[in-house]
Formats: sequence, C-alpha cells, structure tokens
Amino acid sequence: MSNDRNSVRPPRGPMGGGRHAAMRPGEKAKDFKGTLVKLLKYMRVSLPAIILSLLFAAASVVLTLNIPRLLGDSTDKLIEGFMQRQIYDEIDAVVRENENIPYDSIAALAYGEGITDFDQLFDVMEEKGAISAAQKEEYEKSLGDYAEGVLSMSLSVRPSVDVDAIIKLLTVITVLIFVSAAISYAQSFILAGVAQRTSYRLRRDIDVKINKLPLKYYDGTTNGNVLSYLTNDVDSVSTTLNQSLSQLISSITTIVGVLVMMISISWIMAGVAVLIVPVSLVLIATVVKFSQKYFRRQQAALAAVNGHIEEMYAGNKVIQLYNRKDESVAEFAVYNKELAQTAQKSQFLSGLMQPIMNFVGNIGYVLACVIGGVLTASGKITVGDIQAFITYIRQFNQPIGQVANIANTLQSTVAAAERVFAFLEAEDEKETGDAVPGEVKGDVDFVNVHFGYDPDNIIIKNFSCSVKAGQKIAIVGPTGAGKTTVVKLLMRYYDLNGGKILLDGRDIADYKRSALREEFGMVLQDTWLYSGTVMDNIRYGRLDATDEEVIAAAKLASADHFIRTLDGGYNFVINEEADNISQGQKQLLTIARALLSDPKVLILDEATSSVDTRTEQLIQNAMVTLMEGRTSFIIAHRLSTITGADKILVMRDGDIVEQGTHAELMAAKGFYEQLYSSQFEK
Amino acid sequence: MTEKKVKIKYFYLRYWYLILCAVALLVVQALCDLELPTYMQNIVNTLTDISITEKTGVILRYGGVMLAYAAAVTLSSVGVGYLASVIGSRASRDMRRDIFEKVSSFSAAEIDKFTVSSLITRSTNDITQIQMFSIMLIRMVIYAPIIAVGGIVKAVNLSLNMRYLLWVIVAAVALVLLTILIMLLVVQPKFIRLQTLIDKLNGVAREGLNGMMVVRAFNNVAHEEERFDDVNKELTKVNLFTNRVMAGLFPVINIAMNGVSVAVVWIAAYFALDISDVAAMMAFMSYAIQIVMSFMVLTMVFVLAPRAAVSARRVAETLNQDISVKDRDNAVKAENIRGELEFDNVSFRYEGAEENVISNISFKCSPGEVTAVIGSTGSGKSTLIKLIPRLYDVTEGCIRLDGRDIRDYTLVSLRDNIGYVLQKSLLFSGTIESNIKFASPEDPDGDEKMIRSARIAQAEEFISEKEGRYKSEIVQGGGNVSGGQKQRLSIARALYKDSPVLVFDDSFSALDFKTDAALRNALKENEKDKNVIIVAQRVGTIMNADRIIVLDEGKIAGMGTHKELLKSCPVYADIARSQLSEEELAK
Repeated sequence: MSNDRNSVRPPRGPMGGGRHAAMRPGEKAKDFKGTLVKLLKYMRVSLPAIILSLLFAAASVVLTLNIPRLLGDSTDKLIEGFMQRQIYDEIDAVVRENENIPYDSIAALAYGEGITDFDQLFDVMEEKGAISAAQKEEYEKSLGDYAEGVLSMSLSVRPSVDVDAIIKLLTVITVLIFVSAAISYAQSFILAGVAQRTSYRLRRDIDVKINKLPLKYYDGTTNGNVLSYLTNDVDSVSTTLNQSLSQLISSITTIVGVLVMMISISWIMAGVAVLIVPVSLVLIATVVKFSQKYFRRQQAALAAVNGHIEEMYAGNKVIQLYNRKDESVAEFAVYNKELAQTAQKSQFLSGLMQPIMNFVGNIGYVLACVIGGVLTASGKITVGDIQAFITYIRQFNQPIGQVANIANTLQSTVAAAERVFAFLEAEDEKETGDAVPGEVKGDVDFVNVHFGYDPDNIIIKNFSCSVKAGQKIAIVGPTGAGKTTVVKLLMRYYDLNGGKILLDGRDIADYKRSALREEFGMVLQDTWLYSGTVMDNIRYGRLDATDEEVIAAAKLASADHFIRTLDGGYNFVINEEADNISQGQKQLLTIARALLSDPKVLILDEATSSVDTRTEQLIQNAMVTLMEGRTSFIIAHRLSTITGADKILVMRDGDIVEQGTHAELMAAKGFYEQLYSSQFEK
Repeated sequence: MTEKKVKIKYFYLRYWYLILCAVALLVVQALCDLELPTYMQNIVNTLTDISITEKTGVILRYGGVMLAYAAAVTLSSVGVGYLASVIGSRASRDMRRDIFEKVSSFSAAEIDKFTVSSLITRSTNDITQIQMFSIMLIRMVIYAPIIAVGGIVKAVNLSLNMRYLLWVIVAAVALVLLTILIMLLVVQPKFIRLQTLIDKLNGVAREGLNGMMVVRAFNNVAHEEERFDDVNKELTKVNLFTNRVMAGLFPVINIAMNGVSVAVVWIAAYFALDISDVAAMMAFMSYAIQIVMSFMVLTMVFVLAPRAAVSARRVAETLNQDISVKDRDNAVKAENIRGELEFDNVSFRYEGAEENVISNISFKCSPGEVTAVIGSTGSGKSTLIKLIPRLYDVTEGCIRLDGRDIRDYTLVSLRDNIGYVLQKSLLFSGTIESNIKFASPEDPDGDEKMIRSARIAQAEEFISEKEGRYKSEIVQGGGNVSGGQKQRLSIARALYKDSPVLVFDDSFSALDFKTDAALRNALKENEKDKNVIIVAQRVGTIMNADRIIVLDEGKIAGMGTHKELLKSCPVYADIARSQLSEEELAK
C-alpha cells in the first residue's frame, strides 16, 4: 500500500477562518435536490425534533420582535408624562404671572372658577386677557397628540410620569426577554442533539461500510479521501444541522416579522427600509464578485508557495548537497511576492463587506431618524416609534446578508453529504456462495485463471497450477511485478475475470468469504499492528484465545523473549505509528498472530534488508515453525528459500510467466535463469 | 556571537507608521460613529421642544450632518481595512521570506529536530494564522477600547441626571465577559479533548484502512467496528457537551443587550426629571449597545488568540534556531581537489543523544578505489558517510579531504567536490533534464554530460522509451516514475556533477539484481579515477569492492576484501551467510 493513500485532502479554503463564507467560490452538489431528500430520509427519526426546534427558533424570534415595539411604547409613556408636565408648568406660569388672573396656580384657578378641563381654562384665560387668541391656538397646536390626555386630567394635580404603566410594560418585556432566551436555548439544545446523533450515525455507517466494500473500490480512491468523508464532510453536515438550519429559519422569520412591524409603524418608512435592501445587495454582490476573483488568485498563489515550500523542505539535503539554495530562495521570492500582493487585495476586498454593511445600517439609522422625525413632527408617529424603528431597521439588514451566507453553506453541505452518500451507496463485496469449509487439507488448484485489476487490462493470462497440501510455493520476480496479486486472489480480495481457484477441489467462490479467509494466515512485510497492547495484537489472530495461548504462540514465534524485555511486557502499548518497536519485532508479532489463528494455508512475505541480522535469524526460524504442515505461499527474497521450494512462480509485469522447481527453471534458461544469474555477474 | 532574538512583533513594528495611521483612522471612525446617536438626540429634542415650530427644516439639516458622519465612518473603516490588509500581507511576506531562507540554511540536524512536516506547517499555516489574527487585531480589537472610552465619555457628558446609568453598561459588559470567561473555562479543556478524540477517530479509521487485508483475513471486522464505535461514542458525547454549553452564549448576549434597554428606561422612569432626558436616554441606549457590541467582538480574540500565540511561538522558534553546520570565519575554497579522503578517529553523536552513533572510525580511501560500508540496521553506516559532505559535523576527530580538515573549506566549495546519492531518492518537479542537470543547468557541455550520466546510471533505456525523452515531465516528488527509475535518475544527477568523490548511500536498493549489476559495471568502467564510497545492504552489491568496512554498533568490526572478511570477520560472515547460498559463498 503506497504512501500517498494516506494523504488527507487539504481542508477547503486554506486561508483559514470561516468568517466570510460567501467570499469563497462555493462547491456545488451535482444533484442538490436528490441529495437533500436522501439526507432528510436518513434523518427521518429526527425530523419531529428538527421541526419542533425550527418552530422554537421562529417563536423565539417572534417574541423578541415585540421587544423594540414595547420599549418604544414605554418611551412614549415617559415622553407623555414629561410633555404633560412641561405644558402644565408653562400654563401654570402664565396663570401665576399674569396680573389679570387673581390666582397663583392652575389648581387655585380651577378651584376658584369651578372649571374641570383645559378648554374651559383657555377660555377663561383668553377672557381675562391673559393669552391672545393666537397664543391659545399655539398652545393647542403644541399639545398635539397630548391634548386629549392633558384635557382629560384633573387640573388640580401637577401631572407626572405614569411609572406604574411603564413598570407594567417593562415587566412584560423582561418576561419576553427571558422566555425567548429560554426557547432559543431549548432550540439549540435539541438541534445539537440531532446534529450529534446524525454525525454519530454517519460516522458509524461509514466505518461499517469501509469493511464491506471490495478492495477493488480502494484502487480508485485514497485513504485520505475516505478519512475526509469521515471527518470533514460529516463535520460539514453536522455544523449545518447545528447552526445554519436554525439560523436560516430565524433569519427568514426576522425578515418577515421585522417587515410587518415596520409597516405597522409606518408604511412610508417601511418602504424606505425595503428600498435600501437592493442597494445593499448590489453592493455586496459586487464586492463578492471582485473578492472571489482575487480569492481564487490568492489560492493559486498560495498553492504555488506551499508547493515550493514542501518540495524544497523535503529536498533540503539535496539542495544543500548541490548548492542550490540561492536559486531556490530566489524562486521562492517570486512566489512569495505574488502571494503577498494577491493576499493583500483579497483581504482588503473581503474586508470591505463589513464597512459596507455598516454603512447601509447607518443610512437606515439616519433615514429612520430623519423621516421618523418629520412624521413625528406632523403627528403621524411618536418618538417611541422612531426608537423602535431604529432597532428594526438594524435587525432588517443583518439577516439578509446571513441568508446569502447560509445558502452558500448549504450548497457545500449538500455537496459533502453527496460524497458521503456516494460512499455509503457504493456496491458491497458480494457473496457468491455460503458454503463453510469443513476440515481443510490445503490442496490449492489454479485453473485457467485470468485476472486484471482493470478488466480491460488482463495481466494474469490463463494461469494453471496445482499445489498439494503442505507444499511450499515461492513467488519471485523483480520489484513491482505484482507478487502480492496471487495473495489477493487466493483470499478473494479480488475476484477472477476468468477461470477458478479450488481449495480442496472446491471453487473458492462457493464459500462464504469470511469462512474462506479463516482458513488462511497472512504474514506480510507491511506488518499491520494497531495501537494497543502486545497481548491484544497477538490475540487479534483469534479473539477468544486465552492469555496462556497467546504467550504460547509468542514463544513458538520466538517473540516471547523480546516481549519480556519491553516495558510492561505483554501489556506494552504499541503506539499509533507502531514505531516504538522495531520492524523485525513487528514481524515476529505478526508471525505469532498467524500461529495463534492456526490456518491451513499460509501466505508469507519474507523479511528483507531493513531487519538486523540477529532478528532476521529469529524470523527465519519462526517462519519455518509456522510453515510446518501447512500449504505455504512465500513471497521470496532469499535464495535459500527459493531453491528449497516445491514450486516457484516467476512473475513479471503482473503475469506469472514461468513455474517449476529451481532446477527445472534454471534448465529452461528463461527469465528466471536471467534473474538468478545476473546477481553474480562480474 | 550573540544575535538579537527575532520576535514576531518586529515584523509588524517595522510598519509602525502604517499601524499609527490605522489607529488614527480608528479614532476618527469611533468619534464619527459616536456622533450619530448625538444627532438622533438632537432630533428627538427638537420634536419634544414646544418652542420650535418649524421642525422639518431642522430635522433635515441634522439628517444631512448624520449622513456626512456615516460616510466618514465608512471611509475611515475602509481605510483601516486597507491598511490592515497591507500590514498583514507585508508582515506575512517578510515572515515567509525569513523562515524560508532560514530553513534553507538548516543542516540535517535542525531539519531532524523540527521534522519536515512541522517546518512546512510553520512556514504556511502558522503564518496564515498570525496574519488572520493580526488583521483582526487591527480592525476590531483596537476599536473596542477606543469606542468604549469614547462612548463612556459621551454618556457622562449627556447632561443627564442619571450618570449612574453607566453602571448598567458596566453590568452588561461584565455579564458578557463573565459568560465568555465561564464558557472558556468549561469548554476550552473539552476542545482540547475534542482534538485528541478526532485524531484518535482518524487513527482508528486509518488503521482499519491500512490493515484492511489483515482485518478481513482474521475476520475481525466486528472487533474493528467496536473499537471505532468506542471512540465515536465518546467523540459524540464531548461534542454534544461543548455544543450545548456554547449554545448558551447567544441567549445570554441577547439578554444583556435587551436588558440594557429595559434597565435604562426603568431608571429613567424613576429618576428622570426633565423632558430632554428622554432624548438623552435614547442616545444613551445607542452608546450602550455600541459599547457592548464592541466587547462581544473580543470574544473572537479569546477564541483565536491562543492559536495565534502558538503559531507565533513556533515561527519565532524556527527563526531563532542556531544552525549547527556553517562556514568557519576563515574558510577557504576547495579547488583542484584530487579526492583523497581520510577519517581520523571520527566519532559522532546526535544532539541530545546519550551514546555515539559511530565511534573512533579511522580509514583512508583514494581516487580510483571503491570503498564499501556494510552493517546491520542501526550500525551507523549512513551516518558515517553523511559526515563527508558535512550534512552533520563530526563530534570528535576529523575528516580530511586532500589532507585538509573539511571544516576548513567553504561549505559550497566542499559540496561541489562531492557527488552524493541519498538513500531516499528525491526528484524535483520539472523535467528529466532539469533533474539531471540540477547541479549546473547552465553548463555549456550540459547535454553531453547529461546523456553520459544517464547512460552510466542505466537510465538511458527507460528515458528513450518516454515520449518526451529528456524533456519528459517529472511531477513533484517524482510520483510519475517508478522507484527504480527515480533511483537511477538521482544517480545520474550525482554523476553529472563529475566531482572527484562519489558517495552512494544504499542507492541500489530499488534496482533489480540485473540493473544493479549493470550499473556497477558501468561505474567501474567510466568512473575509474573517482574515489567511490558505497553503503549497501546486499553483499552481492559490494563483494567486489577494493575495501569493505564492516560496521557493528558504530565501530569498525572489520576492514578488508570480501575474501579476507569472510575468514576474519564473523559479523561479515554472518551477513553473507544469511544472503548467499553455500555455493555462492564458496565462489
């Protein structure tokens, strides 16, 4: 398995922070609707919870929307009180200071003259020459909306702010604030549960799927891709469920609700607020268009810089040995300059978004003040309305930008979901039979086998060979000749394109795959151990083995001694990279593991040069123990193994080109003879 | 020589004048921003003043002034954005330039210390992190205190009878900050846990993917799934916890924002005495909201600052790393070198290691000879030859080239005289030609030399089979040629240099026996006058060498020809026996 399989797809949008999702050219799903439906079906258990929480999101917004309005009302109540007092005091002063009126306050005058409202009061004052007809009119006009209230109050009491009414309003607001906060929290709480449950299921299903797919599937994809489904793509779906979905609902509710509230205050002002929207949309669209252009350029420049850095750092020794540092630095300067320039432009342009949104917000603020002021002056609305409107217009612009953002996020989420579903829906490894082998002897026959990794390119052409139980078969050939192919066919990791393979005379396609594989043991050079204790790793060969059986297997594999020198012995924990024990030791553990599983047919990969001589001797001995009484296929590197084999399969460019014993093949003077003798050429 | 320590802030302070301009613009922005509520206050005052009869004209005039201020706010914040982008991108450019130059001068010891992948992250992602943070710092973080101070001054000057309203702001800001603090304390450790869990989940899945054949061979799919499920469950649990805690932030901020308004009206209703106080009260609400908002922005700092700080520390650490292999003050140029090499009692240990990798190595080798080094893994054979081109410097003793300590030569001229093929063949993106001519692409005799080297390296055949021949493209890392081809190209690259000393570090391992033999024959014929040193694993590769040095645990266990060593050196005999059959041993 090559290294690049492990390369994880780079995170999308490497310039980091996800603040301006709209700035990034989004990726789109091929089938948006279909995938969305699939996703909904996948989450159908959670649909009631989702709907409930979306209702909560809307409810919380609706409740919150009332707050500015009620605050405006309480401001009006304040103003009302102050206005009443202001006018009362002014008239009171006139009464006190005018010589023609023999009273020193409104209260005294009302009592003395027996009048009960301002109409009568103004009449009396005009009669006494205290105010002119023009002044009287002026007063009435100044009173405006408040005239009614003022006229109906008792003239003997100086008016003041109606604190009780205001407290009542504020109590209602406070309740609203807390209730809407509680609902909003409940909504997040529920959605978080849904999102996490869904991600859990997606991850579980992906993991289960990993082991169901035929190995062939992985020829077309990298491990990095699969890991990316598991983390990045599932994350994307989860974040959208968790945040974007409720944001979308609350944004839309806000837009509609605010609009209704604004219209209820003044349709003229609401109209102006709506007119601002296209202006801001055009501005945003322009900025996005430009910044996407530069963002793409920046990404290209970044890729060039990263590419050069990666290449030169990895090749640092070569650069030094060949004295190429100056050239490399000069080349880097070019890429770096380009990146700095494009990054600056891209940053600046994407940074324009905020001031523009701010500006639009401020324009709204100014218009609300000015138009609201004019309308208030003519008595159409109140100061409290202006105050409420200022808040509404601020709330109005924000969600519009948000909806655009969310639309983008949704696109890439569906694209992510599409990738995940494509993986989950890929065709599983099919069972072609359900026979379970009984007592297996270990005869293996290849009958007219045809095989190619790609059906259009058959590499093994018409291979036949008969192996008796207990024989040793060496597989030889130059690097890259496809020596592991035979292994993959035997264990049915790949299916044949023609012919058949028989185990004890029966086609292996008749067996259940898992039952068939149980009869095989495998010790590959690419030793595979997992992070866990040595004990667990050996026991992997047979999960129900007792500790004693594990230790016995380790002893048989000559691994017991080195295990006991490890810190913690059998409880020594092998780390994730499995690099805290040596290559040779790993191989001994895999031999022990294979011994424990006690297979009838063995597939072995001999150790090569990366192991020191002493360990190599141990491995050799352990392998001999392991092979005893079993049919063994050995990928051979050592001449002593090759010459001692019952049969040698010679591979070249994927095909098995020759077979026979060492003596037969040498006598045939074919490719094997060349391969063998070239080693000792002068 | 003590150099001044590089600190990340220097990269920014270099542009102090731009930063100063940005701060000035931010002050302008804040002052203008704070004027808007003042004018709203004026408008409301006009409305409630019964002595003003012609109100529309006054309001429109105020509106005009407000628009002017709004425009000024926008212009100054666009200006700040521009300056921030210039400062951010220039500082990052400078950082990238410095770190790239620095890493390019690193010797192998420093590369080993940091690891290549970490250095790549430091030069790319870390700098991006710092840049993002710096831009945010300039645009938003500096703004918060400016507008807070401005807002408070404005609020105090409101000729209000309710200056104690300030406490409302203090309370709201405190509530927001406290909530953030609590969340950080509760959630931050979980975030760290989350990262490890994600790594673990990835790790388990990766193990499953890499070991797919083994997992299925032992029918342990269920066991694998169980292992994955354990991590998956815990990840889900921790994720759920952090999500649900974080979900509290938004409602609390909402409570704080709306609570400010309620508290202000409530206080005004109880204590306000004058009609003009209502307008002031409304202005006050605006200031309060601006101030609270600016502090909310600081939440982002709490989230991003730790990451940026880690990045900054890592970048600074790289920039401040001392380079272990460098020119001596009075180094001379290596000229007309014959290629006589002498190891004089050489020992080497890696920095921080307890034991020597190689100890007391002495030998001499001359042009026209082939010297081979063999030994088991960890015997120090690769390390030994890495000392020749000074990839590492000796710890004790000295290596002489033509009788002079190699540390007396300049690094550049020393390396010009050594053709070195690394164990891991590494090609660069470009063409086959650019890779072979790597040492001197401008050489007028380049083509001739290239073809000659390719022929000796047994690369000619496969190159001529390629469509573009020498102009064939090589992708980064040489992914489009096979391991054996890569190895032959890197051998050709070394031969092209035509230097008196040729070193091969296990460079024939990817070649099949046949090519290996042909290459060795061609070398013998064409590079007769060179001093050739070969490290090998296969006895077959080196059994014809003039001198074989057998290393065992860093010491010379034997030196001589194949025949001599078979008799005199048990370590060598062991190795030979494990690789050759009896008849070959007898030859």
